[in-house]
Amino acid sequence: MAEQATLPEYMLQNARTMADQPAMRAKDLGIWKTYSWSDYADQVRAFALGLAALGFGREDKLGIIGSNIPNLYWAQVAAQCLGGMPVPVYQDSIAKELAFVLRHSEAKIIVAQDQEQVDKIISIKDELPNLKWLIYCWPRGMNDYDEDYLKSFDEVQAAGRDFDSANSGYFDAEIGKGKADDVALMCYTSGTTGDPKGVMLTHENLLSCGRIFAANEDVRPDDDYLSYLPMAWVGDTVYGLVISLLVGATNNCPEGPSTVMRDLRELGPTGIIAPPAVWEGMLSNLQLKGADATPLKRMVFAYFNDVAKRIEELKFDGKAIPGGLALAGKIGDFMVYGPVRDQLGLRRARWAYTGGAPMGPDTFRFFRGFGINLKQVYGMTEVAGLVSLQPDDQASPDTVGLPCAGIEVRIAENSEVQIKGPGVFAGYFQQEEKTAEAMTDGGWFRTGDAGLLDERGHLVIIDRAKDVGALGDGTPYAPQFIELKLKFSPYINEVVSFGDGHPFISAMVAIDFETVGKWAESKALPYTNYMDLSQKPEVLALIAEEVRKVNQGLPAVSQIKRFLLLSKDLDADDNEITRTRKLRRGFIAEKYGPVIEAFYGDQKEVELSLAVTFEDGSEAHVDARMTILDAA
Amino acid sequence: MNDTAGSGGGVKLKIDGVAKNFGGVRAVSGVSAEVQEGEIFAIIGPNGAGKTTMLNMISGFYHPDDGSISFEGTNITETKPSEIAALGIARTFQNIALFRGLSVLDNLMLGRNVLMKTGVLSAFMYWGPAQREEVEHRARCEEIIDFLKLNDLRKTPAGALAYGLQKRVELGRALAAEPRLLLLDEPMAGMNQEEKEDMVRYVLDVNQEWGTTIALIEHDMGVVMDISDHVMVMDMGEKISQGTPDAVRADPKVIEAYLGTTDHKEVA
Repeated sequence: MAEQATLPEYMLQNARTMADQPAMRAKDLGIWKTYSWSDYADQVRAFALGLAALGFGREDKLGIIGSNIPNLYWAQVAAQCLGGMPVPVYQDSIAKELAFVLRHSEAKIIVAQDQEQVDKIISIKDELPNLKWLIYCWPRGMNDYDEDYLKSFDEVQAAGRDFDSANSGYFDAEIGKGKADDVALMCYTSGTTGDPKGVMLTHENLLSCGRIFAANEDVRPDDDYLSYLPMAWVGDTVYGLVISLLVGATNNCPEGPSTVMRDLRELGPTGIIAPPAVWEGMLSNLQLKGADATPLKRMVFAYFNDVAKRIEELKFDGKAIPGGLALAGKIGDFMVYGPVRDQLGLRRARWAYTGGAPMGPDTFRFFRGFGINLKQVYGMTEVAGLVSLQPDDQASPDTVGLPCAGIEVRIAENSEVQIKGPGVFAGYFQQEEKTAEAMTDGGWFRTGDAGLLDERGHLVIIDRAKDVGALGDGTPYAPQFIELKLKFSPYINEVVSFGDGHPFISAMVAIDFETVGKWAESKALPYTNYMDLSQKPEVLALIAEEVRKVNQGLPAVSQIKRFLLLSKDLDADDNEITRTRKLRRGFIAEKYGPVIEAFYGDQKEVELSLAVTFEDGSEAHVDARMTILDAA
Repeated sequence: MNDTAGSGGGVKLKIDGVAKNFGGVRAVSGVSAEVQEGEIFAIIGPNGAGKTTMLNMISGFYHPDDGSISFEGTNITETKPSEIAALGIARTFQNIALFRGLSVLDNLMLGRNVLMKTGVLSAFMYWGPAQREEVEHRARCEEIIDFLKLNDLRKTPAGALAYGLQKRVELGRALAAEPRLLLLDEPMAGMNQEEKEDMVRYVLDVNQEWGTTIALIEHDMGVVMDISDHVMVMDMGEKISQGTPDAVRADPKVIEAYLGTTDHKEVA
């Protein structure tokens, strides 16, 4: 197919060459509804012209808020048709964050999924001087609103069709004006420090990364992908929308955020990208269900799980697999691995990627052992989501893959990973000094990650460049390294370790409420809530054992000496982690200052008043007393 | 006032001097009330005030000893519950009444029982009209599932759900019958604050989106005052006050019934 310069041109091309092929599906009222490429183009055309009728034009910003539904994707492409920039925002942001992004991006029109999102926007309307119109997709509950800046998606499309009959050449002319280096998307990075920054990505940025991915991975026009990751994350656009437009694959929208796992199973996508948290969630779920099975089933599962592990380890070391073990693996595939793949909805998946954060090696090997082609991808918003990928035969939990052809990677003197390539962004919106800080003089993007290139040329990420520190005696200390090892325990959800400039390493552990709760039930241990459960002596002992196991595999200087269990989980609403579940270390160190003092002041327990933020932005304080343990 | 009910803001339900005795106990005595088309009408009162007895008389579980009840102009004083349901009145129960072993979807489908027309044999063969009818009913249930956000629980057995969700499924089952009058018996009972807020939203949505007239009994005064158009207060089987929430709130008799004092303090 002919190469095009912009995303809307690909849409028009697909509507010509594969008009009746499915472009998108959405589960609505329990049934998967299909939209062909010609439906897709019609919907986008009507909405784009409706936007034009409302005065939306080139370089205007279109805020998008909601879960993955076709209307919002059409809105995204519609804005691009007119030379505007879609700005998808995280729908679970608290009001303050939402107001910041929508104000800073100067969104002129906002498209919201439903009443819930509309209410949020209305509540911050006074802070959005640029906002002219608010468009909602789902009319439910919207009868009694008399705000004069509200319109329904259908109304806008109807106006668009009228506009079309009056100005028939307008749509194609606007698309024709589009250039490859027009900004096609503005993604606000959650950023582990400071306010979010608006990353401007051009059509060329997005399309070139899409093309590089398609050149390195098996993508086909009849592929099915599940669009379930937040639209505000660059990966959803690149690996969903862009790939679909490029090769004609189908994007499938789940019924709602709560049905994703079931929809995944029903659909069985041919490829999938998920952050480690999703994979870890799948695995703990599996272990949880496994624990409820009959003893015989548990035994069979344990046996074949072990077989898979041994085969995977031999493969990884490049050793031959003995005949008996290979046979057991074949039987295991029939009896356990295949059915598990099917249960997870990964039976048809030719490739599966994890990215965005490091993944525990045991989780990684588990999925590979069970016949899922899980590999690592590395990328970030500023480079349109792609730097390196692992080829099928070089999958490994230790690297993030081989830098893709066409993308240059170098390691700077402070071991920072730097990148040059067609995906490198056009700059942060209205933050030129930040853009300048992020780029070297030679045009390399500073990722802020510390890494190295191994002997095979694979990129290995050690930690955030600024997080790598040293203990008081000079021993290097990479916090993520230790945290990850602990986080693989099914009982542990999050870990924050301290050590930079301190005499030894200590850690705050947030238990996994679900698995520890289940464990407590099995031990007939009564508890009321997270705080209560986390401070039970039995739970402390349980986690102490997990810490001991991890310590065993570490050199003495890198072992965790003291730890405590947090009385609440880390939460993005409290600013402790980002929406993509990355630790905000600076903020945490400040908030939990007394804990750090207690760790290194040899105290036996610590008392802390913790601020808890609710989704509407209101705050409450909860007093907590946490016991500090010395690790074995 | 208009006596013949029907569409266009008339009287949906007319209760005229009804009384009910259980042995020597006067559960309800001489209560009259009118529920207007499209409104939310609440019956409140302390325990044992006769609220549930009222609801049971409207839905036909009991028949009044005296007085009459008419729905859309039809006298239903002596009508059987199944016939009342077929007329367009559906209800939920204070104690959840779901089929615990059946999925959420099947519970909703059962709610459509009164609307199903095909016979046992053709339904069993799942052929022709029976199949078309089933598809239609299923589509309607899916709308309710979507409306009440039960999407992820469609196939979950009702008995495995948390209490608040079971209450929501019960509301769904009642809605599945496409009632023109919906009776809710303490829809918020036993719920935590968040579940209550959800339920209030659904009740309001049903009323506003589908125009369903709602009569509800509730213990929680705060909730009732927020959502109702009219409130009737009962005590010891008698109606002691009726009117808009504000009027009722200020009525000294109501204050006395609730607080046992005539001190002029606001209720709720």
